[in-house]
Amino acid sequence: MGGYILKRLAYAVPVIIGLSIIVFGIMAAIPGSTALAILGSFATPENVERVNRELGLDLPIWQQYFVWVGNILQGDFGHSYILRRPVLDEILERFSATLILAGASLILCSIFGILAGVVSAVRQFGWTDRIVTFFVLIGISTPAFWLGLLFILIFAVQLRVLPASGMYAVYGGGDLPDLLRHLILPAVTLAIVATGVIARLTRAAMLEVLRQDYVRTARAKGLDERKVIYRHAFKAALVSIIPVIGIQAGFVMGGAVYIETVFQWPGIGAMLVNAISTRDIILVQGGVLLVATTYVLINLLTDVAQALLDPRLKT
Amino acid sequence: MTQALATTSTSVSTARLSSWSLLLNNRLATAGLIILTVIGAIALLAPWLPIPNPNTTLPANRLQPILSDGHLLGTDHLGRDILSRLIWGSRVSIAVGVSATLIAALVGSLIGLVSGYARGTTDNVLMRGIDMIMAFPYILLALAIVAVLGPGLLNALYAIAIVNIPFFARNVRGITVGLASREFVDAARLSGKTHAAILFTEVLPNVLPVIVITMSTTVGWMILETAGLSFLGLGAQPPQADLGSMLGEGRRLLFTAPHVSIIPGLMIFALVMSINLLGDGVRDVLDPRLRAGDLTRPLSVTRVKRKTAPAPVEASDAILDVRGLETSFQRGRATVPAVKGVSFALRKGECMGLIGESGSGKSVTALSLLGLVASPPGVITDGTVAIEGEDVFSRSETGIRALRGAKVAYVFQDPLTTLHPLYRVGEQIAEAITAHQRIGKGEARARAIALMEQVGIRDAKDRVDAYPHEMSGGQRQRIGIAMALANDPDIIIADEPTTALDVTVQAKILDLLQNLRKERGMALLLITHDFGVVAQVCDRVAVMKDGEIVEAGETAELLRAPQHPYTQKLIACVPELGQGKAFLETVRPLFAEGKP
Repeated sequence: MGGYILKRLAYAVPVIIGLSIIVFGIMAAIPGSTALAILGSFATPENVERVNRELGLDLPIWQQYFVWVGNILQGDFGHSYILRRPVLDEILERFSATLILAGASLILCSIFGILAGVVSAVRQFGWTDRIVTFFVLIGISTPAFWLGLLFILIFAVQLRVLPASGMYAVYGGGDLPDLLRHLILPAVTLAIVATGVIARLTRAAMLEVLRQDYVRTARAKGLDERKVIYRHAFKAALVSIIPVIGIQAGFVMGGAVYIETVFQWPGIGAMLVNAISTRDIILVQGGVLLVATTYVLINLLTDVAQALLDPRLKT
Repeated sequence: MTQALATTSTSVSTARLSSWSLLLNNRLATAGLIILTVIGAIALLAPWLPIPNPNTTLPANRLQPILSDGHLLGTDHLGRDILSRLIWGSRVSIAVGVSATLIAALVGSLIGLVSGYARGTTDNVLMRGIDMIMAFPYILLALAIVAVLGPGLLNALYAIAIVNIPFFARNVRGITVGLASREFVDAARLSGKTHAAILFTEVLPNVLPVIVITMSTTVGWMILETAGLSFLGLGAQPPQADLGSMLGEGRRLLFTAPHVSIIPGLMIFALVMSINLLGDGVRDVLDPRLRAGDLTRPLSVTRVKRKTAPAPVEASDAILDVRGLETSFQRGRATVPAVKGVSFALRKGECMGLIGESGSGKSVTALSLLGLVASPPGVITDGTVAIEGEDVFSRSETGIRALRGAKVAYVFQDPLTTLHPLYRVGEQIAEAITAHQRIGKGEARARAIALMEQVGIRDAKDRVDAYPHEMSGGQRQRIGIAMALANDPDIIIADEPTTALDVTVQAKILDLLQNLRKERGMALLLITHDFGVVAQVCDRVAVMKDGEIVEAGETAELLRAPQHPYTQKLIACVPELGQGKAFLETVRPLFAEGKP
C-alpha cells in the first residue's frame, strides 16, 4: 500500500507543475496588469516600466515563471496591492472558511446521495425510486445561487430560524454552535446538486453490480437479502462511487464561488470574485493555484481510498 | 454498390424515425421537449411580441408587484417590465448556452477525433493538456479565464466553452480509438483517402451519436454556468441582461421585492430542467445498452406465476423431484419459454448429468430449482420442484433461502466472476457457513481452512487470506466447491464447473467432485455440454434440446444405444485422442442436413 501511495504521489507532481504553468501562463497573458494595479491612476508609461523592472517583470517569461515558483516554494505568494497584505495570509484565512463549507457539503452530499441512490436501486420502479428520481432531476436542474436566495427568504426572512449570511454572528457568538447555525443553509445549498449527481450514479452502479455473477453466488449461499445488498453489492458499487465523490469535491469547491457570494461566507470563492472585479491578479493567481492543488490532492486521496477497497487496483 | 447505398440510407432513415418515436414514447422527454419548444418559440419571437421595451426605465413605476396593471410580472428597481426582460433575457441565455455548447463540441470533438485517430505523441500531448484542464475544479478555471479576458458576456461564453471541452474530447477520443482500428477504416486508407477525408467521412458519422449525447447532457449545465457567471457580475454587463444578471441585480432587493430575483431563477430552472429531461431521453435512445432496458434489479427469488395450480407433491424416494418445470423470459410484452415441461428426479447419493448445447436451457433449469434465475426477466411459469417432499415454489422467500447453500448448494461455471472480487476467499467460505449455522468468527475461519484442505488446496492456512484474483483458475474453482460443501448439503448442483478451466485441471476438479460425493453421500446434478464428462462421472443422464428433455436413461445404456438423433450427434462430438481427420469426417455428415 505504501508503495502505491508513493507512486500516486509521484504521479501528482507533474500535474501540479502543469497546473502552475497554466495558472502562471493565464495571468502572464494580461499585459502590464500588475504594474497597472499597483499604480492605479499614476500609471504613466515611465512608472509602469520602473515597477516592471523592480518586480522583475521585464525578464523573459520563463525566468519570471521560475522566480514565481521559487518564491511560492518559499511560502511567498506575492503581495496584494489592493488589500495591502501578503497573498498567502489572505488566501489561507479565506481557504479555511471554504474548507469548512465545502467539507460540510461534501459530507452531506455523500451521505444523502449514496443513501438515496441505494434505496432507489433496491426499490427500483417503486414509489421511493420515483420520488428520488424526481428530486434528483430537480436537484441537478436548479441554479444553486437561486436556491440559496430562496432558502434565505424562507428560513431567514419568513421563519427567522437561521441566519441569512456570514460565518459568525456579529455580536456574541463565535463558538461552534454559532458556526454550525451559519453553516446549515450554505452547506445544504451547495450540497444539493452534488447529492443529485451522486444519487444518480450510485443507483446506476448498484443496478450494474446487482446483476453480477458474484451477487448470484451470495444468494445461492442463502444469505438474506440485506446482506446481499449491503455487504456484497454495495461494497462492489462503492468502488465506482468513490471516484464520483472525488469529482463532486471539485464541483463543490467550484460551486462555493456562488454560494459564498450569496451567503457572504468569507471563503476563497467570494474572494476570487472580488479580486477579479478589482483586477487583483496576484491574489487570483494564488487563490486559483491553492484550490487547484487541493483538488489534485483530493483526487489522490480518492485513488488511495479506491485501492484500499479494491485489492485488484493495488498494483 | 448504389443499390447497397440506397438500402443503407433507407434503413438509416427508418432508424431515425424509430428513434423519434422512441423519444416521444418517453413521457418525461416529451414533456421536456414541449416546455423547451414553448420557451424557445417565445424567446425567438420576442421582437414581434406585444411587450414593452425591456430597457425602457420608468423610475416612477418601480418595483410594481406581480399581476399589476400592464405589468404581468411587475417591474424591477428601474421600472422596467419584468416579463419583457425575462423573455429577452431567456433569448440571451439560450443563445449563449447553445453557442458555448457548439464551440465546446466543435473544438472538443476535433481534439478527440485527431487524438484518437493519430495516437502516439499527438494523442499523448493533447490528452495531457485535457487532463490539465480537468485537474482544475470545474468553475474555477472559468473564473481564471474571465479574470484574464475581463468580465463580459462573450468572455463568459468562451470560458464556459473551454472548461467543457474535455468532456467532448474524452468521450469522442474513446470511441475514435476503437473505430480507428476497424476494417472499414483500413479499407478507406488502402483506397487512398487522405487522413482528413477518413476522419470526416468514415469516423465522424460513427462518432456523431456520442457528440449528440454529450451535447444534450452538457447544454443544460452550460446555460446554468453562464447564468452563474452573469449572476456574479462577470458575464452580461448592463444594460444587456441575461437571466443570470437579472437574478444578480434582483438579489440586492431580495428582502423588499423578492419577485425581481425569484422569477428569473424560476425561468433558468424551467429551461435547464426541460433540457435535462430531453437530454436524458436522447441519451436513452442513442445509447443502445440503456435502450435494451436490461438494467433492472433482479429480485432475490425468481418470480413465480404458474399457469396451473401446482399438483400436490407425490411421495417418492427422490430427494429432488422436478415435474413439468417451465421457466420463461419476458421479452417486452411477450413471454418466451426457455425451459418447457422438464421433469426428472435425483435420488440420494446419485449423480445425474444434464447435457445439451449452449442455449438448450440446462443452466436455466439448474438455476430455476432454487429460484436463482434473474428476475426480471425470468419467471417460473409452471411445474413443481420438490425437495424433501415439499414444493420449493410454494415456500416463502425465507423458506427458499433456508434451502440455499444448506440442503442444496451450487458450484458455478466461471469462478473469477462468481467469487466476490473484494472479499478474501476465507471470508467468503466462512460466510457460507455462518449463513446457516450459529458459530463464532474464529470457528468459521477454522472450518473454512479445513474445507480448503478437503478440496485439496495446499497451504490452506496461508491461502485463506488471499483474494480470488490472486489464485489460479483451478484453485478458485476449488474455493467454489469448498463454499458449496460448507453446510454438508444433500445435493450439489454444479453448473458447468469445469468449462472455464484447462483440460488437466478439469480432470482434477471432476475427480474431486466424484470423491467428495462418494465420501459424503451427496447427490450431484452436473450440468455440462460434454459427453466425455458425463461418461466419466454420471450414473444417469438427461439430454436437453431447446428447453426440453429429449432423452434420458442410464449413462452406459444411453451411450451404447442413443435413440434420439440429437443425442447421437452429441456423442459423436466427443473426439478421441489420435483420431485426427477421421473425427471431422464422422461428424460432418451428422450436421450436413438442413444446410443449403
